[in-house]
Amino acid sequence: MLKDITLGQYFPGKSVIHRLDPRTKLVMLVVYIVALFLADSWVSYGLMFLFLVSVIGLSTIPPKAIARGMKPLVVILIFTGVLNLFFTQDGTVLLHFWIFTITTGGLSRAVMMMSRILMLITGTFLLTYTTSPIALTDGLESLMKPLKKIGVPVHELSMMMCIALRFIPTLIEETDKIMSAQKARGADFETGSLMERAKALIPILVPLFISAFRRADELATAMECRCYQGGEGRTKMKLLHYHREDFLSYGVGAALVVVVIGLKTVGL
Amino acid sequence: MEGFNLSDIISVEHLAYTYPGVEDTPGVPVFEDMNLKIQEGSFVAVLGTNGCGKSTLAKHFNSILLPTGGKVYVCGIDTANEDRIMTVRHNVGMVFQNPDNQIVANVVEEDVAFGPENLGVSSPEIRRRVDTALKQVGMYEYREHAPHLLSGGQKQRVAIAGIIAMEPKCIVLDEPTAMLDPRGRREVIDTVSRLNREKGITVVLITHHMDEAARADRVVVLDKGKVAADGTPREVFSQVELLHSIGLASPETVELCWELNRQGFDLSLDALEPEECAQALYNAVKA
Repeated sequence: MLKDITLGQYFPGKSVIHRLDPRTKLVMLVVYIVALFLADSWVSYGLMFLFLVSVIGLSTIPPKAIARGMKPLVVILIFTGVLNLFFTQDGTVLLHFWIFTITTGGLSRAVMMMSRILMLITGTFLLTYTTSPIALTDGLESLMKPLKKIGVPVHELSMMMCIALRFIPTLIEETDKIMSAQKARGADFETGSLMERAKALIPILVPLFISAFRRADELATAMECRCYQGGEGRTKMKLLHYHREDFLSYGVGAALVVVVIGLKTVGL
Repeated sequence: MEGFNLSDIISVEHLAYTYPGVEDTPGVPVFEDMNLKIQEGSFVAVLGTNGCGKSTLAKHFNSILLPTGGKVYVCGIDTANEDRIMTVRHNVGMVFQNPDNQIVANVVEEDVAFGPENLGVSSPEIRRRVDTALKQVGMYEYREHAPHLLSGGQKQRVAIAGIIAMEPKCIVLDEPTAMLDPRGRREVIDTVSRLNREKGITVVLITHHMDEAARADRVVVLDKGKVAADGTPREVFSQVELLHSIGLASPETVELCWELNRQGFDLSLDALEPEECAQALYNAVKA
């Protein structure tokens, strides 16, 4: 049951988007989000949508997988839609009943906000779908390198992220085992009030934490045995290299922002 | 360094070690005067019951634990010399019992690269070492897999690859097969003995499986922090009474011959292979 949880699901592939340098993808995501928040007209939204659809097309990620990822967001989407629909009061009145008034302004704003959230999430998903966690960590480490000068422990942070990702499946497996062991001894996780169920989790969490600490201790010893002594003097097997596609995407990203700003200034 | 010999890769001299006590309780002494030399290129199995100090001894071989008395030398370097700790650890690689707790990265090849990356090896050289190491343990085709999807034996072989990618002179394996099924055990021991034969890597295998120890060229039996027996597998395993008094047993073939001898047979106690044992029995019955 717990095995279904996959964090930052990655779809291995060989598309252009997959092959892009993780740094490019991270920067492009930021650029994309900025552009998305700058966009405020139907024309610029259409442009952003076009951009997003072409990236999805290039990535060869099945649209179904993306749609599946949206499911947990339905509540937020509806909430945003409803709020904007009823609380924006400009333009002509379309409908009026009891204390609610729906205006054209409200309607267009609601649709815009919902599509903004949808496009925002889809963009982030595309990053994790096309980039392996380890490449993502490498990219982050490389991008944050300048922060080292002001004392941010960049290498340590990325090492922690890498180990956390590595141990998620191991600890999930462990939780499954502990739950089975407790169930075999008559523990009940499914019935009772919320308080009772929360209490039933304690016998799972305690052994889980103890084992996690033991693992951490053993891992630390094993890492020391393999001559780990922090980021100092460390080399990398896979070096990050920018290719032609990366420069091209930076160009596209810059163009996107310029066009969105341009559209904004001419008032479209 | 008394009697230091270049062919000794590890040299334990009058080692004493006491686990520090918690607060006011006295420490637990493990070794008082332990001596052991391990020749370069040999395959040594260390046997002993639980709590006899096998793992404690192994941890002295690469400066995880430092002696409270006496000295441990690795390639002539004192393991207590803090400036040379990385040289010691580079020369003596360590594989532990639980493969899950020694794999760092979430891709097989990235994990194997971890050691050489720490040593500051150049990127193309790391690539070469990772590929060679994975081929040597027979895991090359799994190089892009996630470690948690592998079987126990495969994980342990990845852990071994991670060590040999550092190109150590010696590998110390601390009960590497304790958590594996028979198939995984065979994979690991085959890999280790091949590395010893073909690459000349010194192997120290800590185990409590007699059949694994029988494949080494030297067996050291530890009991209560002392060397109780030391010699070729045949020499050590023929001392059946001694092994029994420690709480160990010889391989089943030797045990069988020993039991038969108690019933009046006169069999030699050095048959480690079933075929040898069968032949000896055949000869005895015929005579």
